[in-house]
Amino acid sequence: MSAHVRPGWLEKPKPLTQAAKALALVAVVLLVCVPFLVIVSTSLASTDEVVANGGWVLWPTEPTLDAYRDILEGGIVTHALGVSAGVTIVGTLLSLVCTVTLAYALSRPGVFGARPALLLILFTFLFPPGMIPSFLLVKELGLLDNYASLVLPVLVNVFNLVVLRGFFQGIPEELYEAARLDGAGDWRVLVSIVLPLSKAALAVVGLFYAVAYWNSWFYASLYLESDHWPLQQVLRTYVVAGSGLTDATTGEGTITAPQTVQMAVLVIATVPILLVYPFLQKYFTKGVLTGAIKS
Amino acid sequence: MLPGLAYFLLFHYGALVGNVIAFKEYVPFDGLWGSPWVGLGNFQRMFEDGEFWAAVLNTVWIAVLQLVFYFPVPLGLALLLHSLTWSSVRRFVQSVAYLPHFISWVIVVALFQQLLGDTGLLNSSLDGMGLHSVDIIGNPDAFKPLVVAQVIWKDAGWGTIIFLAALAQVDEQQYEAAAIDGAGPWRRFWHVTLPAIRPVVVLLLIMRLGDILSVGFEQMLLQRDAVGPETAEIIDTFVYYQGIVGGDYGFAAAAGLFKGVIGALLVYAANKVAHRLGEQGVYK
Repeated sequence: MSAHVRPGWLEKPKPLTQAAKALALVAVVLLVCVPFLVIVSTSLASTDEVVANGGWVLWPTEPTLDAYRDILEGGIVTHALGVSAGVTIVGTLLSLVCTVTLAYALSRPGVFGARPALLLILFTFLFPPGMIPSFLLVKELGLLDNYASLVLPVLVNVFNLVVLRGFFQGIPEELYEAARLDGAGDWRVLVSIVLPLSKAALAVVGLFYAVAYWNSWFYASLYLESDHWPLQQVLRTYVVAGSGLTDATTGEGTITAPQTVQMAVLVIATVPILLVYPFLQKYFTKGVLTGAIKS
Repeated sequence: MLPGLAYFLLFHYGALVGNVIAFKEYVPFDGLWGSPWVGLGNFQRMFEDGEFWAAVLNTVWIAVLQLVFYFPVPLGLALLLHSLTWSSVRRFVQSVAYLPHFISWVIVVALFQQLLGDTGLLNSSLDGMGLHSVDIIGNPDAFKPLVVAQVIWKDAGWGTIIFLAALAQVDEQQYEAAAIDGAGPWRRFWHVTLPAIRPVVVLLLIMRLGDILSVGFEQMLLQRDAVGPETAEIIDTFVYYQGIVGGDYGFAAAAGLFKGVIGALLVYAANKVAHRLGEQGVYK
């Protein structure tokens, strides 16, 4: 941690400026953190406390995991959690494989048809096909109520492709030539030279795909029957639209207030992102910008 | 390379061809190709539809509000972060500010409901102080400011990345030279910082203008029920409700195609203007 290095020419800011900046920074941090705190606290609070407090709690006096126990005992949420995890893992892997191979082919000079292919792809960015034709296509392909409908129509993201392609292009040409002289084919070059050098970009692009799959709900509402829904779509129905979740999950005689259960589902839907985020966060600037600025 | 390319051909160009449905009357039994042609009938109906124009107006209105109130926030935040000399503080605030970008719209909307809704934190606090409660979530008049606030909360931090990168590319020596020549902080900002980030600002403005007919489909869809279609209907939700929900596929596809064509033309035009002004633009 390099703290406080002030170049010689830079004058010390006035106390008033410093105070204003500090205030602004604290405000930014609080604006992001307080909502999360309220959700986590409410999910951990006891029913009585939530009711007494009018629906929310900033700091639970007697934390309890009742709400989590209730929803994880089986039923809709557990099933949805499995669907979300499966779609995220399989989707991310498939997307990465397709994006990497395509980006690699498009990044090498002299690949037959690379230029028209790139233009073809960039054009889709300018002119997306539209919701209705996409829906009818999925329908005519017979993918309705099939988990593939959550992955295949969004398999490759143009932005991620451009980022990776830019990153691959930044790898020094000498490395490619050396590998070629050693008799390595395209696959060999990709696997043993390009990929190990592109960890930052792969981490970022992988995270983008994973987050997109994890957060996606709209396609599920379009293409899947409700008993196959992933977590976000369940969340949408029961928390945002306010249908009764407790009845369906825990049966009669539930003692947990809906509010704590709702907030617990919110927490469960957010936690995976909070878990991977800190590990990948440091790559953002490096991975995104080296790729994006070049193109 | 083949699987990726096949994806684009099938799911983008295949679907793009599917836009012919905009010129047809879709009959599920006959499928996409067997359905009868109706020429420009769907478009004619669309242009005579008051609800469609209301959706267009809402879309543009929300886009303009975002341009005025959202657009400057990441820029300001980036300048603030860039001015910090204490790098560990800067990194911490950056990490916190990026985070909401990765939270789904479902969660963001649920969060805002929890904080600003009927029984949310704000109203319970107002109640506790003996004040009138304010209904922000279900109030059509508050909807447009609310959705702009949500966008700011979610993406302002993430939006700083590109400005910070532009700021980082400014040569430190330029600041030093300016300072030695007697330029105060404001003059340095005006003559060194601003010219350095101008291309990025112009680029993002162009992209935003070209994208003016897209204003957060998921965000609006999630909250449309709370305030009603008069306030929350945008072109994308119009397409969704007419087509997917209403089953009027040809008509909805026509509205979607209209949006796509206008959007592409806007990007093209904005880019032309940028070139005229001597900026780099999005593409050459």
